[in-house]
Amino acid sequence: MYLGEVRGTVVATRKIEGIEGKKLLLVQPVNKSRVPVGPVEVAVDTVQAGVGDFVYLVGSREASLALDRWFVPVDSAIVGIVDDVDAGAPAKGH
Amino acid sequence: MVLARVLGPVVATIKHPAFAGHTLLLCQPIDERGRDVGTDFIAVDHAQAGKGDTVLALREGNSARQALRQKMAPIRSFIAAVVDHVDVEKP
Repeated sequence: MYLGEVRGTVVATRKIEGIEGKKLLLVQPVNKSRVPVGPVEVAVDTVQAGVGDFVYLVGSREASLALDRWFVPVDSAIVGIVDDVDAGAPAKGH
Repeated sequence: MVLARVLGPVVATIKHPAFAGHTLLLCQPIDERGRDVGTDFIAVDHAQAGKGDTVLALREGNSARQALRQKMAPIRSFIAAVVDHVDVEKP
């Protein structure tokens, strides 16, 4: 599960049955400092996220479990809108 | 499983119901010397880990669902243990 920023929406009228009626959002995965990591991806929204929202996502098989109808073929789903992240713990030897 | 350092909590009031009641922690994967390796990820805490702790994190959904006893949860990573220390034998 990873952090991301919603950059836009994706509209596709002809698509596989499983993702009909689902909102598709364009998401840029980011790291703890909100620096982009890797390419943008298209994720199914399950929490009414909007453009500009700071979100967290789950990928691969777990993404399909995030949708009510069991096993919808998706591999990226927004599962939370992030209010705050405390990413400041300095490295500590162990 | 990977060694990781807990950076701190991720607060999200609006989230998928499967996450209700769980603590989300942002984790930075580390090597055996504690140096950062790769990109941070989010894990559900299952070991009462706290900020700055070194932990053992699993990033595979089936184990997460079994450990958390949530058959259908869209949860992929969770913290299985807080590590006390790591002994590295010189090769």
